[in-house]
Amino acid sequence: MVKISLIINAQPWEIQVEPDETLLDAIRGKVGLTGTKKGCDSGECGACTVIMNGRSVNSCLVLAVEADGQEITTIEGLSHGQELHPLQAAFISEGAVQCGFCTPGMIMSAKALLDSNPHPSEQQIRQGMAGNLCRCTGYGRIVAAVEKAAQLIGGDRLDATGSRQTGNQV
Amino acid sequence: MQQVVGKPATKYDAFEKVTGQAQYIQDLTQPRMLWGKILRSSLPHARILNIDTSRAEKLPGVKAVLTARDLPRHKIGFGNDNEVLKGSKVRCVGDEIAAVAAVDEGTAQEALALIRVEFESLPGVFEPLLALSDPSVLVHEEKGSNLSISYQFMTDEKGVEAALDQAAVMLEDRFVLPFVTSAAMGTHGCMAAFRNGQLTMWSPTQVPFLYLHELSLALGIPGSRIRVIQPTIGGGFGAKLDMYPYEGACAHLAMVTGQPVKILFSREEEFQASRPRQPMLIDLVTASDREGRLLARKAKVICDNGAYNSWGSTTPFVGMQTVSSLYRVPNVRYEAQIVYTNNPYSGAMRGYGNPQHTFAVESHMDMLASKLGMDPLELRLLNANRSGDVTPQKMQITSCAFSETLRQAGENLGPLPSEQGKLRGKGLAGLIHVGGGARVYRSDGCGAVVKLDDMGRVVLLTGATDMGQGSDTVLAQIVAEVLGVEIKDVRIINNDTDLTPWDVGSHASRTTFIAGNAALLAAEKVRGELIAAAANSLQVAPESLILRNKRVCVDDNPERFIDLPKLIRSLHFREGGKVLVGEAFYDPPTEMQDQHFLGNVSVAYAFGAHGVEVEVDAGTGVIKVLGVTAAHDLGKAINPLGIQGQIEGGCAMGLGYALSEEMKVLEGRVINGNFLDYRLLTAVDVPEIKGIPVESEELAGPFGAKGIGESCCIPTAAAVANAVYAATGVRIKELPITPDKVLQGLNELRHVSGGQVP
Repeated sequence: MVKISLIINAQPWEIQVEPDETLLDAIRGKVGLTGTKKGCDSGECGACTVIMNGRSVNSCLVLAVEADGQEITTIEGLSHGQELHPLQAAFISEGAVQCGFCTPGMIMSAKALLDSNPHPSEQQIRQGMAGNLCRCTGYGRIVAAVEKAAQLIGGDRLDATGSRQTGNQV
Repeated sequence: MQQVVGKPATKYDAFEKVTGQAQYIQDLTQPRMLWGKILRSSLPHARILNIDTSRAEKLPGVKAVLTARDLPRHKIGFGNDNEVLKGSKVRCVGDEIAAVAAVDEGTAQEALALIRVEFESLPGVFEPLLALSDPSVLVHEEKGSNLSISYQFMTDEKGVEAALDQAAVMLEDRFVLPFVTSAAMGTHGCMAAFRNGQLTMWSPTQVPFLYLHELSLALGIPGSRIRVIQPTIGGGFGAKLDMYPYEGACAHLAMVTGQPVKILFSREEEFQASRPRQPMLIDLVTASDREGRLLARKAKVICDNGAYNSWGSTTPFVGMQTVSSLYRVPNVRYEAQIVYTNNPYSGAMRGYGNPQHTFAVESHMDMLASKLGMDPLELRLLNANRSGDVTPQKMQITSCAFSETLRQAGENLGPLPSEQGKLRGKGLAGLIHVGGGARVYRSDGCGAVVKLDDMGRVVLLTGATDMGQGSDTVLAQIVAEVLGVEIKDVRIINNDTDLTPWDVGSHASRTTFIAGNAALLAAEKVRGELIAAAANSLQVAPESLILRNKRVCVDDNPERFIDLPKLIRSLHFREGGKVLVGEAFYDPPTEMQDQHFLGNVSVAYAFGAHGVEVEVDAGTGVIKVLGVTAAHDLGKAINPLGIQGQIEGGCAMGLGYALSEEMKVLEGRVINGNFLDYRLLTAVDVPEIKGIPVESEELAGPFGAKGIGESCCIPTAAAVANAVYAATGVRIKELPITPDKVLQGLNELRHVSGGQVP
């Protein structure tokens, strides 16, 4: 067992992990955040996507020890109380959710995409979500949801120095 | 004017799902829960000489190791040819040999490696044609043959032969369909707890009551002692119609250890040991007169059943309907043989045999059009089913907007303007499927209870399972509409056999129609009581009252009303008071097919058509789908938002079947059991899909609705094949349509035409 310290959804955690334990298993098993899903455990389906230091990663491909000292956001970190992140709200309103197993990973990939590119084209959205498999929806409603969320977040713009001004980020 | 039905509604459980709070089987746990694992056969066919579990039993943390010796020898599965754990012989890779329960997953996994199985390897049989012709390898020796089931349907035989004799055009082709698999994002898994003689089973089954029955047979305990709870289901698509052997083993582990036990499938197990769509060889003959009227069809079908009978062995019921009843065809002969092999055994998957048969039938429709020099749309319209038709299998067509869907999806068919090296074309294919239930068991019913409490909260208890498709939302809409409340006021309880009334299960696209009708009837009973009480209280005629905005009000004088909660309390809090509960069981007026496969199994039939536009790279054979137009006769769109999702998802599954998906099985072993090698389409691959609901107002459906779930994936592959032909002149009769097959076809055409690029 190895002790690691990390920040998950703005909460500091110290947990004991096995050297070969994945970040996914640590998040689900040790921290108890089961919103992050295990769909294949080999980095092929994207259901386990979380954001680590601003980048989306397949948490099944990251060893927990590699996440030592890192900052992680999971699906549970997006909403505040009953207030949903615009992506979550848009996934509901656009009908992007069916069985829902891919949904948390989809939303986290979409968040990473919109954080780096607040106004993506449809093609950029499709590219950005290509690592996340869905068997129910055919992706059309998901793409529509990301487009809608981009509009909802809309206040994001770049200032003169090129850094992002966040408008109504939740 | 409807307030809720027909308006887009967001998915009932979407909030839990977007916030990560939905609890799938993977997320459930219990105090003292053990982890179970299954030792699976690595050989496709072998006799088991000895199983030595002694080392595994001694491993610290292991609580139980079970083999066939420890279990009652009850046969399981459709056809009673399977066992929970195999004691004497394994018949496919992945067959269950032993089950382990341990304190954690790692220990259980380690214990599996300590079990020694002595096999005598047997030659396997992996080709159904060979399995039929050569009895030297028998998958089930006691059966004396590898033929599991055969089906034969025929109109008058002389009529079929006479029709073929007088036909102006006759086509005869073999169509080849591969293994594909549901690949739901949520893998299989279950959790069992056995306390005080009562078993509670958490399972993502699509058919909780049939599952409970099968579990009771497998375990040899009365069904009255079993409770099935369904967690949120991570997709089903048919693969969760079976009670799997591992689930019986899990229950046994819970019994012998006295602790809850959970077993989860890895993705690899999901590929090897869940039920795929069955591969088929379809030899189809289609005959027509000079004007293009269909005269006869003959089909001979060989299905690779795999090692045991699962639901896949019954899919000819559905395929036969496609051959006999998709378009008007008076003379039909259909034969299917279900053949045991040492391959993975096939089960149910969205469409249930229909995508395979529709691929053959609709490829032939296009080939016929081209032979007759007819427009493919015109040929189809000439032969399309219409309201009032009775098909050769005695299916009675009620509402039918087939022609309308064909016209909507079939604009601008044929070759399209192409650039250098990029060949474009558009193809069309239609479909028929059950849309008003399917009487394949003695009951095709569903129960519903609607309960109103003193605060006006409405609860629907329904047997109907939502595995993601959105039936919970549709049922909530129906109840909200009848009772004049908002969807948010309706709670759905649909996942616990102790609470919910009986239902056959979510299969055959039956839930909106059957469970919808049951919910409608139950809600109307409550509505009747509310209206009667309000009429009494307001001193008006019951006919003058409507329910709207949580009030019972006078239709032409909305100022005169009584609030629903107040009305309910007035019924409740008084001497001789009552609670408001309405109950209904809807079993549709249909019949099982007789031994000749005649009978109207569904109240209504769903129709539809897909038009697909493709671009083929003449140099590489790579196909790009430019767009899909999917028009579906669904009676009435109760939830247009849900319909859109069903259509888009179904089309994507159909495009995968057409272009990229093939579960490759080599000597019984899945060799591409992962998402890198088994290619599901991604967001980049799926084109714009234009879903067009066509409403035909089915009189027997709830608010006019028919089923849609499976229809959405049925004709897509055929439409792609027809589009590829339109673009290139290459006719592909074997799925998936890969670039190498297209290139080979293009090269053959070039050869024939003396080097001319088509």
